[in-house]
Amino acid sequence: MFKRVINDAIADVVFDFEGAKITARSGESVAAALLADDLLSFRQTPVKDLARGPFCMMGVCFDCLMVIDGQPNRQACQVVATSGMKVARQHGAAELNIDQADPA
Amino acid sequence: MSIDIIIIGAGPAGMSAAITATESGAKVLLLDDQPTPGGQIYRAIEAAGDKQATILGPEYMAGKPLAQNMRSTNIEYVADASVWQVTDEREVGYSSNGQARLVTAPAIILATGAMERPFPIKGWTLPGVMMAGAAQTMLKTSGLAAEGAIFAGCGPLLYLVAHQYLQAGVKIAAIVDTTAKANRLKALPHIPGALRRWDLLSKGQKWQSEIRKSGTRIINNVRALKVLGDTKAEGLSVNAGGTWQNIPSDHIFLHQGVVPNVNLSFAASLDHDWDEQQLCWRPKTDQWCGTSIDGVYVAGDGGGIGGGLAARASGEIAALGSLAKLGLIDTAARDSKAKTARTTLRRELSIRPFLDTWFRPSDDFRVPTDDDAIICRCEELSLKDIRDTIEIGLVGPNQLKSFCRAGMGPCQGRFCGLTVQELIAKQTNRPAADVGYYRLRPPIKPLRLEELANLQIEEDENIKF
Ligand code: FES
Repeated sequence: MFKRVINDAIADVVFDFEGAKITARSGESVAAALLADDLLSFRQTPVKDLARGPFCMMGVCFDCLMVIDGQPNRQACQVVATSGMKVARQHGAAELNIDQADPA
Repeated sequence: MSIDIIIIGAGPAGMSAAITATESGAKVLLLDDQPTPGGQIYRAIEAAGDKQATILGPEYMAGKPLAQNMRSTNIEYVADASVWQVTDEREVGYSSNGQARLVTAPAIILATGAMERPFPIKGWTLPGVMMAGAAQTMLKTSGLAAEGAIFAGCGPLLYLVAHQYLQAGVKIAAIVDTTAKANRLKALPHIPGALRRWDLLSKGQKWQSEIRKSGTRIINNVRALKVLGDTKAEGLSVNAGGTWQNIPSDHIFLHQGVVPNVNLSFAASLDHDWDEQQLCWRPKTDQWCGTSIDGVYVAGDGGGIGGGLAARASGEIAALGSLAKLGLIDTAARDSKAKTARTTLRRELSIRPFLDTWFRPSDDFRVPTDDDAIICRCEELSLKDIRDTIEIGLVGPNQLKSFCRAGMGPCQGRFCGLTVQELIAKQTNRPAADVGYYRLRPPIKPLRLEELANLQIEEDENIKF
């Protein structure tokens, strides 16, 4: 598993992952924080329902898609973790929920 | 105040271009999709201290003064900005903080860098399998390393990251080297050209010998690879010299070189050439990094792989080219200011033919032969799916796309485009260059309808300098 070989964080950030508290270094991505917590599978794929996790960590593969603060299809490797954030695995394709859309 | 130059990407090329342009009085808007400047090569460089210097080395730390310099100049730098289109009218569409914007400028420099070449083997989609560049990113941004990982593939970055792991005191289960022996002989004629950066080659030698001395297992003569596991990676099955062996590990880092990240340049309809030496597409550029669209420039690895120092030099050259075009400097000043950068660029590129030949990824690792290997990660299409579709009589990637959806997922072909192209070439017996690439259209990054609906067309006063 991943371990911290350099630990020079100035401040920690705590966010929620499916009910669990995850501690991230300030400035790091949601994906890095979850990998550090030994989570490898971030979503189930839309076509074959298979487990997938981060692959490129630079925003090009889209394999790290998660539901972040209620919004699906967020690239967890590109989103900086912030305190109080709510993160969940994504199952299949994101649903387009018209009812919830803000009419304004 | 209106913008003179929009630069996309704050890596070595983009930062250098921005600094050079600002020094001559240009108003620069620098857009980058990462939270901090540096690109991939200098990722998270601003936070790097002594520990990072020991583990990641002086080449990485060289990015720090560059980022400092960029911050201290009068550049409008927007982090976390995702650029989804560039048009031939030099209009740039980007989103940041949930707000989509359109901005135009007389000059645009694309400095979008490189990405790792696809490595389509069986099981490369399993959680726990990542690119070697991803391993390095985690080291840079979070100080994270995976104990007992396997590094598999070929190219300088593979050994660089492995060496950085050892510097960090992290054990490696094995290095599985897929470099073909036959490459060596072919690379020999390029040695004289490479002598100008012999230091780089001897550094590579040094890493290799230190890795060997550490007792790390190195496997050569590798012909085929399969990742083991059902729901996550459990190890790597390696065929070396004809016999298979299994190496257990939860973490497998793959790498077989980097290629220009061409999604934006293709979507901007720039003309591209197939580069047979680097086995990738690159936008056509002139000596000032100008492209087939007037006022649009390409700098850095996005225009062909040359490495960090070459990227810095070409960033300067692109900036000088656009400054002269905008009338902010005269051609004499342009030419004399570009001298040092040109010398650097020549020196840095002199080693490429040698490196590209020595580390040319083998055919079987670019065009897989394993029926179950996934080719299109997003649409989950295997080699068999793609091959059967080509069989119908398809001649190009775009036809293939409409028949089986390859390349239509969120990554927009970034991790299957080159494989599909070479597969079609192989199956239809044509040169890869003739097969062509996916036709890419904006938006090249996901854009929410809500953002599009609230699109803001920048008035000049909104840009603050
Ligand atoms: S890990 Fe590839 S886009 Fe996030």
